[in-house]
Amino acid sequence: MTDTLPAQAVQDAVETVASHLHPVGSFDLADHPVPTGREEIWRFTPLKRLRGVHQDAPLDGDLVSVKVQAADGVTVATVGADNPLKGTSGYVPYERVSTRAWHAADKSLTVTVPQDTEVADSTIVTVTGTGTETATAGHAVIVAEPNSKATVVLQFEGSATFVDNVEVVVGDGAQLTVVSVQDWADDAVHHTHHHTQVGRDARFRHVAVSFGGDLVRMNTTVEYAGPGGEVELLGLYFADAGQHLEHRLFVDHNAPKTKSNVDYKGALQGKGAHSVWIGDVLIRKAAEGIETYESNRNLVLTDGCQADSVPNLEIETGEIVGAGHASTTGRFDDEQLFYLESRGVPEREARRLVVHGFFRDLIRRIGVPELEERLMAAVEAELEATVGLVPAGAAQ
Amino acid sequence: MATLEIRDLHVTVATDDGAKEILKGVDLTVKSGETHAIMGPNGSGKSTLAYSIAGHPKYTVSSGSVTLDGLNVLDMKVDERARAGLFLAMQYPVEVPGVSVANFLRTAKTALDGEAPKLRTWVKEVNTAMEKMSMDTAFAQRNVNEGFSGGEKKRNEIMQLELLNPKFAVLDETDSGLDIDALKVVADGVNRFRAQGDRGVLLITHYTRILRYIKPDFVHVFVNGRVAEEGGPALAEQLEAEGYDKYVKAATA
Repeated sequence: MTDTLPAQAVQDAVETVASHLHPVGSFDLADHPVPTGREEIWRFTPLKRLRGVHQDAPLDGDLVSVKVQAADGVTVATVGADNPLKGTSGYVPYERVSTRAWHAADKSLTVTVPQDTEVADSTIVTVTGTGTETATAGHAVIVAEPNSKATVVLQFEGSATFVDNVEVVVGDGAQLTVVSVQDWADDAVHHTHHHTQVGRDARFRHVAVSFGGDLVRMNTTVEYAGPGGEVELLGLYFADAGQHLEHRLFVDHNAPKTKSNVDYKGALQGKGAHSVWIGDVLIRKAAEGIETYESNRNLVLTDGCQADSVPNLEIETGEIVGAGHASTTGRFDDEQLFYLESRGVPEREARRLVVHGFFRDLIRRIGVPELEERLMAAVEAELEATVGLVPAGAAQ
Repeated sequence: MATLEIRDLHVTVATDDGAKEILKGVDLTVKSGETHAIMGPNGSGKSTLAYSIAGHPKYTVSSGSVTLDGLNVLDMKVDERARAGLFLAMQYPVEVPGVSVANFLRTAKTALDGEAPKLRTWVKEVNTAMEKMSMDTAFAQRNVNEGFSGGEKKRNEIMQLELLNPKFAVLDETDSGLDIDALKVVADGVNRFRAQGDRGVLLITHYTRILRYIKPDFVHVFVNGRVAEEGGPALAEQLEAEGYDKYVKAATA
């Protein structure tokens, strides 16, 4: 294990990080010059593999198809870019790709859960890429009106170069789960920003699942519209050879008595597998009585992988309940493997069990049963690829 | 009739100052139907012996042999040793997050038998094994050793011993940290295993307490990486009265 920081009292967890935790957003593209790769927010991303979307490559492709399975009581519509819901989350893009996507998207997909409506079934939006030649821009707004309860699943499949922004508004007292499954084909590039505004006493759970794609870069940001909001940001990724999977989180505790819990787990296998996890939490002066914890754990299954994991905590008030973070990146636990093997379980099977177990608890917390099964199967399929081919000594 | 034979076993462990020899020529023969107690002070190498037999990667055998019915155990991988009939009940059983006891047991049983157990009888067998160890059957749904108390972990080890039923069991300080009630439950489990008549037990312990419940056929005093004295059950009583002092002094003299 490297870089292990246990949960700790805020007094000794203070890290003052320059203002990149809350860069100033702007809709004006002129405010976002083409990144060079040296910028703090770009330094982990292989720009060359972005197919020019960070420069001026056209974003006018129409190479995705969208299929919607709306749960009873939930309204899903495709509307023009001038629709009044666009921008209601308070989102302002803070880097070039998302700003370009914002302007290039000529439509919006809107998902609305009416006030006081509780919906048991999930609403599923499947975005299927049909080609990578021209980049396609997208925009979606998910609104859970006050005191509603619903689950929305976004699924991304196929081949595409896709740049999009997803805005989420969780009304006062609402409970919303948004799951985003990046299950792209190997040649997809996906740059996305999910921004959520969490209402007073609302509960929001966001689950990011990244398995496929050549490059996935996902920004997930959260702010609060009032006190008492609770946020859980869960993530699961499995980077294979040559894959770049990047998850950047920013929780802006801008209101008192709010909570956030971030838990991301990833496994890496194969040469050039690269994962990036950035967990930024800002506790503003006004945010008294808040509680935040973030954790990122990476399991490195073979040689030749790189897991970058950077938790940042910026604290402007000490009047809080708690703040902490943990980040671990490690090989298989030899003791766990030994224990299983000492009962007759072959090494390959023991490794499979351990990885399975590593993800299982997180998957069970998603709260969408049909998805949980699918994800366990997806983990299983990933494991088929290389676990067991690892030489016995590699875990030491 | 099976025989576990350890001959002139030397084992080192890597330290910051290079390889350190822990076992310095261990000779021991355990036949099926026999229970051998290995007793010795802390740091004498008892646990190293247990882990070396099981094949823990931390320990390097520099010379000597371990054979099971003539087969070279040291050539076998950890899982192959288990399939050959060896079992180690650990002093500190390991937590395996996200893997349920039920899943773990079924996987182990499948690996040992070469085929999956029949579902209907298997669930019953597991439940029976748990009940015998006074474990709530709800344990089957919990993650392996996660959140188990010290006593629960030890009972879980002996439950596996009965369920998987190896030829030879190495019990590494299974008695440590147990209150008297838990000790009796654990000892009863070991005694049921022994009562089959054709199973061998290597019982490693620091204290004589467990020997009141599990009667050994042979007692070996283990000091400074080798067997310093051997005898029958009476030797345990002598150790209880006199302690290890005279052996430690003799070994360091």
